[in-house]
Amino acid sequence: MITATKPATVPLRFSLPIGGAAGTSFKPEHLPAILEAGPQAGFFEVHAENYMGAGGAPHRALEAIRRDHPLSLHGVCMSIGGPQPLDKTHLARFRSLVARYQPALVSEHLAWSTHETSFFNDLLPLPYTEATLACVCDHIDEVQEAIRHPLLLENPSTYITFRQSTMSETDFIRAIVQRTGCGLLLDINNVFVSATNHGYAALDYLADFPLAHVGEIHLAGHAEQTDDDGNLLLIDSHDGPVADAVWKLFEIIIARRGPIPTLIEWDSKIPEWPVLRAEATAAQAILDRCNPAAVTEDRRAA
Amino acid sequence: MRPEADPGFAAAFAPPLLDPARDAPTAVIGRNGKPAGRRYDVYRNNVTVSLIDALAAIYPAVERITGTDFFRAMARFHIRNSPPTSPLLFDYGRDFPDFVAGYEHAQDMPWLADVARIERAWLDAYHAADASPLSSALLSAIAPERLGDLVFAPHPATRIVRSQYAAVTIFAANRDSAPVARIDASTPEDALITRPQFDVAVRHLPPGGAVFAASLMSGEPLGAAAMAAFDASAKFDIAANIAGLIEAGAFTSIAFGDPA
Repeated sequence: MITATKPATVPLRFSLPIGGAAGTSFKPEHLPAILEAGPQAGFFEVHAENYMGAGGAPHRALEAIRRDHPLSLHGVCMSIGGPQPLDKTHLARFRSLVARYQPALVSEHLAWSTHETSFFNDLLPLPYTEATLACVCDHIDEVQEAIRHPLLLENPSTYITFRQSTMSETDFIRAIVQRTGCGLLLDINNVFVSATNHGYAALDYLADFPLAHVGEIHLAGHAEQTDDDGNLLLIDSHDGPVADAVWKLFEIIIARRGPIPTLIEWDSKIPEWPVLRAEATAAQAILDRCNPAAVTEDRRAA
Repeated sequence: MRPEADPGFAAAFAPPLLDPARDAPTAVIGRNGKPAGRRYDVYRNNVTVSLIDALAAIYPAVERITGTDFFRAMARFHIRNSPPTSPLLFDYGRDFPDFVAGYEHAQDMPWLADVARIERAWLDAYHAADASPLSSALLSAIAPERLGDLVFAPHPATRIVRSQYAAVTIFAANRDSAPVARIDASTPEDALITRPQFDVAVRHLPPGGAVFAASLMSGEPLGAAAMAAFDASAKFDIAANIAGLIEAGAFTSIAFGDPA
């Protein structure tokens, strides 16, 4: 029986748009420093799955953050890019979090992480074909129907490609946007990582990316390895400062598109709060430097 | 016309992720059509390392006791046999204590699995639903002749772990970074895990206390739970146990008859 307190009946409300604000990942170890500093400009982003427990300290921390700041809810495990149906229980949990915390931004990944009953805890790649496109669009429709809000879909970082792909990643993403009406989370570090790994120019990818639909940008650090042939292989590690080349691409995108909510992601080897905060301040300076009136016209529908 | 669904790519991509004996799937390639090789290994590494890290986050005392290399080798076996079935990693590793109990290289640490059981219960308590604990004032208002029929509703965070070894002492000594003094592991200890507000607490239950608390949590009335506890230990002290459980925040409410 459905009662008035059942999460599925809690009204869905969302914060106002947050414009050209820079934010950071929220890490619980930073909570005392954040509260000590008082309300900050910008916003915080959390991985949705970390707040899917029933109660306790995680929710208390997120409530404390949400009281004074806009929130971005970033799903990591929905497995939107996988061939099997979405996990209805997980989708219901996701919707409950949206209802409870009223985020300004809601996002997920173009990737998969569950196959049959195994959860692999990684953002795994998919081939770009008409068949996978139809499946991904169905999944996004299902999520957007559940949360009654546009989802921002994040472009992946990848280390391999599939022989069976019949279209480029940017064509695939553009088709998803056209069919589902979803928005995009442009992860510029992912673009740089994939471009390096596959041997194309990040600027070419970005020139072909449907920038008009981007509702959030991610910036993060990466690590370096090599492949079997000695080619540079970049790893999307989120364990350090944003690379200079990624900052440069960010400036180019902001000059082209105008200010967009921008997040500094830092998920492992997490530094002291002032170090992470300084990365967001650097992003904010680039966003603020942009004069929207001078933005080169790239807002046409892609 | 709508294309057929394409389940094949995930079915080919997934199995080698946790099985180093399998080659990378032939459908994935590196630059210029070359075999994926080390590029696919990035995914294997991400999956394996992140799941071992997840177990290490749930079982820090077990890791401190065994040392990091021992722990990560043991965890690697476990994640290959029992990968997670939920995307909520704080729910992962429920069968890890049983795996530890049977792990051949851990047989000289027979208390290790019980330490793991306490750590698993600790995390369950940490994420359990919020609820206000029972006030002792409510209990003192009950007429003494009716106490035996009283039924207690457990707090959502409350857990009990019984051990033939000194699992509570070993757990507590290894959950912080201070040096560990010599512990007599052969003393049986039962653990009560509670979280009345936001901080998880692990207590050592007195004789008969585990049977008493478990009986109350399963809905037995106070009289029957006390009988069971006396049967378990002649040293059982009913007043001290009731006071201790209420002070720990083990219950949320009392009622006569069915607690629901």
